[in-house]
Amino acid sequence: MSESIPVLRLENIVKTFPGVRALDDVSLSVLPGEVHALMGENGAGKSTLMKVLGGIHAPDSGRILIAEEPSVMTSPQHAKARGVVFIHQELSLADELSVAENIFLGELPLKSFGRVDWKTLYDDTDAILKTLNVGFNARTLVGDLSIANQQMVEIGRALTVDPRAVIFDEPTASLTDAEKVVLFKVIADLQAKGVGIIYISHRMEEIFKITDRITVLRDGQYRGTLNTAETNEDEVTQLMIGRSLDLSRNVSHHEMGDVALEVRGLTCGKMFTDVTFAVRKGEVLGFYGLVGAGRTEIAETLFGLRTPSAGKILLEGQEVQINSPIDAIRHGISLVPEDRKNQGLVLGMNCRDNMTLPQVGDLTAGPFVSDGAEIAIFDQYRDKLDIRTPGWRQIAGNLSGGNQQKIVIGKWLSMRPKVLIVDEPTRGIDVGSKSEIHNLIRELAAQGYAVIVISSEMPEVLHVSDRIIAMFSGRVMREFTSEEVTEDTLVQAISGISADKVA
Amino acid sequence: MTGMTKQRIGNILAKQGILIAFAVFMIGFAIANQRFIAIDNISGVIRSSAILGVMALGVTFVVIGGNFDLSVGSMMSFSTIVVLDLHDKLGPALAIPAMFGLTMALGAFIGFLVGYMKLNSLIVTLGMLSAIHGLTLTWSGGKNMDIADKAGTWFSVFGQGRILGVPVPILIFAGLAIFFTVVLMKTPFGRKVYAVGGNGQAATFSGIPRARIVFLTYVISAFCVATAGLLQASRSLGSQNTVGQGMELQVLAAVILGGASLMGGSGTIFKTVIGVLILGFIQNGLLLMGLAFYVQYVVTWGIIILAVWLDVAAKRGRLWSPTA
Repeated sequence: MSESIPVLRLENIVKTFPGVRALDDVSLSVLPGEVHALMGENGAGKSTLMKVLGGIHAPDSGRILIAEEPSVMTSPQHAKARGVVFIHQELSLADELSVAENIFLGELPLKSFGRVDWKTLYDDTDAILKTLNVGFNARTLVGDLSIANQQMVEIGRALTVDPRAVIFDEPTASLTDAEKVVLFKVIADLQAKGVGIIYISHRMEEIFKITDRITVLRDGQYRGTLNTAETNEDEVTQLMIGRSLDLSRNVSHHEMGDVALEVRGLTCGKMFTDVTFAVRKGEVLGFYGLVGAGRTEIAETLFGLRTPSAGKILLEGQEVQINSPIDAIRHGISLVPEDRKNQGLVLGMNCRDNMTLPQVGDLTAGPFVSDGAEIAIFDQYRDKLDIRTPGWRQIAGNLSGGNQQKIVIGKWLSMRPKVLIVDEPTRGIDVGSKSEIHNLIRELAAQGYAVIVISSEMPEVLHVSDRIIAMFSGRVMREFTSEEVTEDTLVQAISGISADKVA
Repeated sequence: MTGMTKQRIGNILAKQGILIAFAVFMIGFAIANQRFIAIDNISGVIRSSAILGVMALGVTFVVIGGNFDLSVGSMMSFSTIVVLDLHDKLGPALAIPAMFGLTMALGAFIGFLVGYMKLNSLIVTLGMLSAIHGLTLTWSGGKNMDIADKAGTWFSVFGQGRILGVPVPILIFAGLAIFFTVVLMKTPFGRKVYAVGGNGQAATFSGIPRARIVFLTYVISAFCVATAGLLQASRSLGSQNTVGQGMELQVLAAVILGGASLMGGSGTIFKTVIGVLILGFIQNGLLLMGLAFYVQYVVTWGIIILAVWLDVAAKRGRLWSPTA
């Protein structure tokens, strides 16, 4: 393999945006028949590099070589004509059109007078589908297909040309294990034909299963290329974040206080049933479970965004009725929501206004908002949470994910809540800021806050929680203390295997 | 030219694109006709823009809150007809508050449908455009409305009077513009309007009563429409049923020209005032150049589209974007 010429080579690519050096001298080469993983944290430059390759961004300097021939890419269509095809994470298919129309969209075979040559279209499509070994045909409506099969249509699109290189961007994000097997088979077939593959994914196990080499980017810079067979997860992580990640088990050294929040038999339609738990002041209670297990829905119910059909909520021993976020806030319950960009922040607003939003009605001098009071709050929590921003006028949308999350946390801390609920505290946040957020959560508990953390990441839940509640299908399966929990028992609990069978 | 300076100039162009376009048009008109920059001409333009301007102030709230209001033109016809009719039946002192009450009730109804019922504002206000027109015709029986004793009423002071030599409509427009600037920039309510329009879901997650805020923006819009109706009725002391027809688009054009985003969450009263003045001066400039009335329509809207294009082009740094 090593003596053959690369199908694709990116050489010393530099790309800057105003204020950011997004790619700084990055090189990558893909050999025929190779699966080459591209890894890095969010913001490391993977997407930008692929956009340069696809002609969406023009590089400031550096070269793109296709089969050692310098090429200037002007658009994804242009790249495709050169044999470089992209399979995107987000499907870009038209639901109301047939598989054939989607696959040949923009390049439908024509007869005279611009009429579509349907027979050729369907025949060509079926020929492609045959190589993919799928169970649907050219005339099927895309909207009737499963996500996995839609992904196959997307791949089918790539095969309308004889591709030299195919780029898969997080292709398994929404696939089941069985569907992954089919995808990996397709990748192996392409490989056998001598096509070069760039495979972008965060999932280490896949990377180590199917790739030949791994190239790592960090902060827009090339960090190295490793042979997959000669490396391990630790080494790759180190390259990605510049150090090892501390995810050791948490041990609380401080005293816990009284029960802050107690929930008894809380039920909300089909979302969750008979949920009972309590969280004390100074404690971090983790909720762990699969997507759809009902964790976020519990948080939304406690915050007044959903109405429970049964059950009680008690704050410091008093039963409370929570019908809206306004009620929740008044009772001292705060929610840092899972979708930071859509639920947590008004991205077009500045940092200060975002932080003071829930209490802006109280920060007044006469009828007017008091600038001084607002800036005082912003300054206090910027220092306390170490938010890195040039100043309060900075638009929230321009901050990094980690700093955005700190703004949202600051927004609620400044309300001095009795209970702070944090849903997916580090989703979409780079690894460095992750540990800062984790430390922050621990520190808040040490200061006496009752904190509920909901997470889909097991290391995170294990790292920050004093106790963990495992949920499956809307029910509490088991409660663990941080001393007794193990990864195995936790996985079993969230998969619906009951505790007594485990024991 | 160095890269930095080039970038800085680009930024200024992007931020102040509309103001610069405005300046270019003004200079062009002034060169074409000296009278364009005479004080009495300028004062005349502002005065005749005041009615549109007052309406635009209210629509600015609605647009910043993330919604449309296409009903303001037909609502203005309604206010005008109602206040003229009631003037002779109840006397001006009662007619004015009664008209404000009725108009704001219409605004509250729209606000209820869009805010609390969560109906699409484009559809609701488009529907209300026609419904209110029907209401106006029903009220007037389809006839023009005139005040019987035009010479003997103090009612004319709003549209025709002057205080210290300044026309009253300009004073009202300026007074409301300052008042609403303070409301929008300095009060918690103003902040909440920006939040609701910028990201309604995040506003809800911050405990802001989104429905009530949207409701109030329509009440404010209706208050402004009632004021505009008062100015219109007082100026002419008689009116057709269609006096406000088509103004909803001019109002929207002025707000957008000023730079408020149709997606909500951005815009200011000051920018809207600039948008109103641009519209007024373009129409006046074309008039002074002696263009036929019908041609003015074409040229006015041509210039509006040109200005918006220059603004967008400056923001994205490219004149056009054929592929994406």
